[in-house]
Amino acid sequence: MKELMLGNKAFARGLYEAGCCFASSYPGTPSTEITEEAVKFDEIYCEWAPNEKVALEAAFGASLAGRRAFCAMKHVGLNVAADPLYTMSYTGVNAGLVIAVADDPGMHSSQNEQDSRHHAIASKVPMLEPSDAAEALAFVKIAYEISETFDTPVLIRMCTRVSHCQSVVETGERVLPPQKPYEKNIAKYVMMPGMAKRRHPLVEKRTLDLAEWAETAPVNRVEMGGTDLGIITSSTSYEYVKEVFGDSVSVLKIGMSNPLPDKLILDFASKVKELAVVEEMDPIFEQHCKALGLKVHGKDLLPMEDEYSQNLIAKAFGKTVAAGPAIEDAIPARPPVMCAGCPHRGLYYVLKKNRCTVLGDIGCYTLGATAPLQAADTTLCMGASISSVHGYNKIMGEAGEQHTVAVIGDSTFVHSGMTGLANIAYNMSNSTVIILDNSITGMTGHQQNPTTGYNIKGDPAGKIDLEALCHAMGINRVRVVDPYDLDQCDKAIKEELAANEPSVIISRRPCALLKYVKHKPPLRVNTDKCIGCKSCMRIGCPAISIKGGKAHIDATLCVGCGVCSQLCPVKAFESTGDKEA
Amino acid sequence: METKNIMIVGVGGQGTLLASKLLGQLLLSAGYDVKVAEVHGMSQRGGSVITYVRYGDKVYSPLIDQGEADYIISFELLEAARWMPYLKEGGRIITNTQQMDPMPVITGAAEYPEDIVSKIQAKGVPIDAIDGLALASEAGSARAVNIVLMGRLSRYFDIPEEQWLDAVRKSVPPKFVEVNLKAFELGRNC
Repeated sequence: MKELMLGNKAFARGLYEAGCCFASSYPGTPSTEITEEAVKFDEIYCEWAPNEKVALEAAFGASLAGRRAFCAMKHVGLNVAADPLYTMSYTGVNAGLVIAVADDPGMHSSQNEQDSRHHAIASKVPMLEPSDAAEALAFVKIAYEISETFDTPVLIRMCTRVSHCQSVVETGERVLPPQKPYEKNIAKYVMMPGMAKRRHPLVEKRTLDLAEWAETAPVNRVEMGGTDLGIITSSTSYEYVKEVFGDSVSVLKIGMSNPLPDKLILDFASKVKELAVVEEMDPIFEQHCKALGLKVHGKDLLPMEDEYSQNLIAKAFGKTVAAGPAIEDAIPARPPVMCAGCPHRGLYYVLKKNRCTVLGDIGCYTLGATAPLQAADTTLCMGASISSVHGYNKIMGEAGEQHTVAVIGDSTFVHSGMTGLANIAYNMSNSTVIILDNSITGMTGHQQNPTTGYNIKGDPAGKIDLEALCHAMGINRVRVVDPYDLDQCDKAIKEELAANEPSVIISRRPCALLKYVKHKPPLRVNTDKCIGCKSCMRIGCPAISIKGGKAHIDATLCVGCGVCSQLCPVKAFESTGDKEA
Repeated sequence: METKNIMIVGVGGQGTLLASKLLGQLLLSAGYDVKVAEVHGMSQRGGSVITYVRYGDKVYSPLIDQGEADYIISFELLEAARWMPYLKEGGRIITNTQQMDPMPVITGAAEYPEDIVSKIQAKGVPIDAIDGLALASEAGSARAVNIVLMGRLSRYFDIPEEQWLDAVRKSVPPKFVEVNLKAFELGRNC
């Protein structure tokens, strides 16, 4: 049956049809929906793991136990999972093991623009690159075959425009291979130096075997057209190339980006007058071609940064593109903002008021760095807030300790903040850590995590008690505040910064977008009282604007959190409800 | 057939994804090859969001580029002006006249342009400016703006109305079907 399917959903369908039985992932845009769709198949056990390293190791265990296993992550997640990946390359697998890694050219929702193909090359693990949803489905099945035939984990590189594009897919039936028996094999699975030394040559041979396989494998495809120009491309870039050139050029579509098929590339190059590589981000195919001695265009015409499009490629190759109409006015930007009623807002306001240096982390609360709050100083990677505040304070001493905090979300804290807190406790820095516990993984679209008490299906699950955990790690000062109560937050932050030992403040209130959260009625502004001082504008709430010199509340957005009313010197905000919910 | 391009633009949280889902299903059932590109994640947090719907005999790129859109469906007025350069010559804008101030306007760092509709018209661009929020509210739900706009768009397609209504039924939760069918009719006939 033909269906229109999101790339990530088609990927999940591929897992189902390939007989995958186990999926462990950590959410990360644009990879998240693969696992969210996979969980809809009862035949696949699915879970959210605390981080990508744990997820991949769990998938390794499932493969060892003899069932096809899977793990998904975004590009930066593969950095976290790189440790098991690089050695899994040596051990190989029992049942097939496939890893989805979703890159984000253009950084729609990421902190960097890294190219995951480097990891495939460096770990010597084969990598497939689908161009659309139908290929995503098909490549999952091929990946499992490769994994079991060549005894290796297999990476499938998605990207935003493959993961989050719907295209037409034909579905098939599930085929479940029998469970492979687990056989103890110390020489294969125990990677201590003596064994690993004997595995490494097998890895090198495997890469050569895979390269030979890639010469004729249907994942790589030549589409001969005009021969003045031949283009080597992959992933979503293939679609743009076809859009711009149609059959006027010849195309070598690479479906397996590691290892590359040398003979196929050389043969293709020999049939065209000029050769070009069109690849987003780094010049990996291009450098490979150059190493083969080919003269090739690539990054001399096209950028290393941002995502590509048909116009960008057309212009790079000297074609003119249409320009649409525009009005003369400057169009104000519309950056993402913290939602009305977001529990992070009140806390950030208090941090700003106290002139704190705020070492931030990855999540919705990264938006605290945007105007007008501009309350964050750094955002690096998952967990870096806590580790960095420790180093900062060790150098700064009291000057740092008394007004520097780490700010990290609940999910991010479990992902990789706990180890940083262990460092604070163990190496005794007088640091203050604020855990923004909104009871969900927010930015990626509301996934459960080990602190929420529910699993990926929404069923009751184990629940980490954050207070008890922090105490057990050696933090004596642990307190909980409500971020809607500005005075309470202010008092807690002042006291914990002044305290002469490490502290954890848990700012606890569920995400305002969670369905179970009951909101108060929206507030309204008493315009007779409002003096137009704009104090309420300092929190950057999207529900508040100034109309005719007075504050105005958009009742369709306001959830009655009351943070604005705590800033109003004349108590102009009033409830529209009879009683508080 | 040459590939046709529809852009759906709005503010994160306005329901643009439902509209693109509806259009995608409709065009697939009408026998076209279809691609729909969405944006998830950080951009959804109240930011400017774009969805691309492309259909034809064979669609390659999932994206619509500047100067390519046959239709821009805008859920908010400023977004219509922002994405207007993506319109091709002869392309049409269908916009909700609702205005939502972006943060730089709220903080006073920028101004919301005045008279956007007439400025767009002055460029010779056909524009259907409709009060989608009022029509959606009339239908019974302020959240049905997306379906009101789909109703308006349907006027320009040869696809029979019953097929559109069927697509609406399949795209919205069962208990909101009636409201949305009404919203579609109000949009189509306004």
